[in-house]
Amino acid sequence: MWDFPFLPNQASTFAAEVDAFYFALVGVTAFFTIAIYAMIWWFSVRYRRGKKADRSNAPTSNHLLEAVWIIIPLGISLAIFGWSAKIFFEIKTPPQDAMQVHAIGKQWMWKFVNEDGKYEVNELHVPVGRAVEIKMISQDVLHDLYFPAFRTKQDVLPGRYTTLWFEATTPGTYHMFCAEYCGLLHSGMIGKVHVLTQDDYDAWLADAGGSATASSGGGSGNALVDGAKLFEEKVCHTCHKSEATAIAPTLVGVYGTDVQLQDGTTVTVDDAYIRESIKNPGAKIVAGYQPAMPTYEGQITEEQIVQLIAYIKSLK
Amino acid sequence: MPAEHYLNVKYGLKSWLLTKDHKRIAMLYLISVTVMFALGGLFAGLVRLELITPGGDFLSADAYNKAFSAHGIIMVFFFLIPAVPAIFGNFLIPIQIGAKDLAFPRINLLSWYLYIIGALLGISAILAGGVDTGWTFYPPYSSQYSQSHVLLAGLGAFIAGFSSILTGLNFVVTIHKMRAPGMTWFRLPLFVWAHYATSLIMLLGTPVVAITIVLLVVERLFGVGIFDPSIGGDPVLFQHLFWFYSHPAVYIMILPAMGVQSELVATFSRRRVFGYSFVAFSSLAIAIIGFVVWGHHMFVSGQSMYAGLVFSILTMLVAIPSAVKTFNWALTMYKGSISYETPMIYAIGFLGLFVIGGLTGLFLGAMGLDIHLHDTYFVVAHFHYIMVGGTVMGFMGGLHYYWPKMSGRMYPDGWGRLSAMIIFVGFNLTFFPQFIAGYLGMPRRYYMYDPDFHIWNIMSTAGATVLAIGYMMPLFYMAWSWKWGRPAGPNPWGAKGLEWTTQSPPTTFNFDETPIWNEEAYDYDPEEAEAEYEREFGTIN
Repeated sequence: MWDFPFLPNQASTFAAEVDAFYFALVGVTAFFTIAIYAMIWWFSVRYRRGKKADRSNAPTSNHLLEAVWIIIPLGISLAIFGWSAKIFFEIKTPPQDAMQVHAIGKQWMWKFVNEDGKYEVNELHVPVGRAVEIKMISQDVLHDLYFPAFRTKQDVLPGRYTTLWFEATTPGTYHMFCAEYCGLLHSGMIGKVHVLTQDDYDAWLADAGGSATASSGGGSGNALVDGAKLFEEKVCHTCHKSEATAIAPTLVGVYGTDVQLQDGTTVTVDDAYIRESIKNPGAKIVAGYQPAMPTYEGQITEEQIVQLIAYIKSLK
Repeated sequence: MPAEHYLNVKYGLKSWLLTKDHKRIAMLYLISVTVMFALGGLFAGLVRLELITPGGDFLSADAYNKAFSAHGIIMVFFFLIPAVPAIFGNFLIPIQIGAKDLAFPRINLLSWYLYIIGALLGISAILAGGVDTGWTFYPPYSSQYSQSHVLLAGLGAFIAGFSSILTGLNFVVTIHKMRAPGMTWFRLPLFVWAHYATSLIMLLGTPVVAITIVLLVVERLFGVGIFDPSIGGDPVLFQHLFWFYSHPAVYIMILPAMGVQSELVATFSRRRVFGYSFVAFSSLAIAIIGFVVWGHHMFVSGQSMYAGLVFSILTMLVAIPSAVKTFNWALTMYKGSISYETPMIYAIGFLGLFVIGGLTGLFLGAMGLDIHLHDTYFVVAHFHYIMVGGTVMGFMGGLHYYWPKMSGRMYPDGWGRLSAMIIFVGFNLTFFPQFIAGYLGMPRRYYMYDPDFHIWNIMSTAGATVLAIGYMMPLFYMAWSWKWGRPAGPNPWGAKGLEWTTQSPPTTFNFDETPIWNEEAYDYDPEEAEAEYEREFGTIN
């Protein structure tokens, strides 16, 4: 309790620059606050009523002064804008080769699925020194995934994927918060992010136990396996076979490629497209096919869609 | 005091509830807004008490969520928006421009009734079990998931909105059409300019939030998919509509207080406000640019990166007129004849807190940093520096400045200064630690929090206690002065302006005959003020 922390841990590639920017702004704020207060203080003492002072020809306006205190703050604020825009683009633009993680927010827990299909709840293990991109979606209301030590956060919306990325620089365990009010246990929607050295991370990956119970509905503990099972349960496999049929295109090797649509446009097969095609199959039909697929809207959870995506991604 | 004035011209409840006198309506607002402030403060107290410890041990999570929602809804819709305009604007604008009343006295009374209906609906939502959405009502939580009384509270805000629209309309028409002969636009007190700019926002912005609330109600009641994606809506759309009003609304809250600030600095420095026309036009600039910055609330909402860029640069621009005002106020004191009665203590407090509040706004308008700060206690601290450090300081300053005019009597100035200083200290102790907790990463609206943030929350709650004491003191000495205060006379502060040429309290029609105004605004001479002081008291050093 008698601890006076001022800064959160610096544990991502952004953190140092965000902090430097913050301290620059603290400096600007301190400068102007002190300058204004010094001015008021000086005038208050010097021109106190009853105190002898030169009050002759007191000016009531000065265009040059007005210009100065329009232009200087404008210059400062534009400089602030420029610096902040640079940081903003860095934080908002994940690198191409980032490790892919899925996150699902729901009242009131975070569920993660990593590249190998491993589940985690309210915990996330990541390797140090490697870019991690998290694709996030909400099962219900708005949430926001926030890692103070990485200086980044992003709202998690129902209905579409948003992304957040970071590259952790220092092994350790850091806070994970929900930053968008989401109802009763909003403040309980918290967890930990564990930044591990590559060796520790590999060991953690190899350890099959531990998080097996994390999957819901008695799943296997791996999203790829659950996705494959779901692919049969939802009878996807009756039309989407390993070779293209007259009814449906194959899904093997399709992830990440561009496919041509009926209307002549092309679309990249990514998470958002797969999700849309499950929920609203008629929206973007692949060229050469009829809209034969039924909608799964209302019959599938966001988590199941993530499992299917993980499975489809693994089809090579 | 005049034998007959607006307070004693008629007696009885009916004479108040059916009054068309802008001054009596202002007094009705003063009472009702003060009650709402106390109620909102009570909920703030519950929130701060819960946050003394990191665990959840005073309220339940549900009660906590309802307490911070009630605090926000009451303070925003039923205190901050009406506080300065509906009380002091109502009372003073007609007198300051030399008119008998506002242009539409009946509509003015209607505004008060709408406010009261809105406030009663808000209170009934709380009594019925509360609302747990926060004052921002973000869907789909508010439309599909919350089990609380969203409709009642939303309806209350909706109806109170019309009160605000009608007040704005009344002010615009009054300022355009009812100025006394000689009271040209550039002789208007800056208080009137600030209210003019405010009224434009009320008129143009408030209908948008009314529509937004209706859409929310339609989704919640009838399941029409507008904001909830599971039925075909878009939650980010709500945020755009909501902030299109609610960002300009923060200027509705602060501009009138800035108007008060101009009056106070001029009067107690015995100086014309430095750069009068710059201060006047900066109010309009804030009102206009303020309409195009709403997206800075949404840098992490899923809004496009490039939209964020545009909103950020516009946000940087809206800071400039506020900076212009601040420098001009400070320079008004140069070569002044400065005295330190209670209103001036508030004015000095306002200036310093507003500088911090305004500059920390740049932290949040700067996208790269806002990603980290968004929805943390840094935001909470920032807007309390503007809303409490700015608006409430302006409100209290205005109350202490105009009280002699409104009541005809003086309150004890020593008590006034003491409470002003207690409020200043309590305020900083409450809200400064929240900047630090916010940068550390403490999210807002958290019922329980990590022990890392503990010490800053202890300080904040301690400060809130001090602040509460400061706020309660005026209740006592103001009430005392109502009966026993020394009669103030027409112009207790030696101030310039038409309102100080009338009796205190003014008669029903303010002036015996239409005044003719031949002076510039704030026609002070600090040397003359000194000479007068010396004749009366001699020199002090």
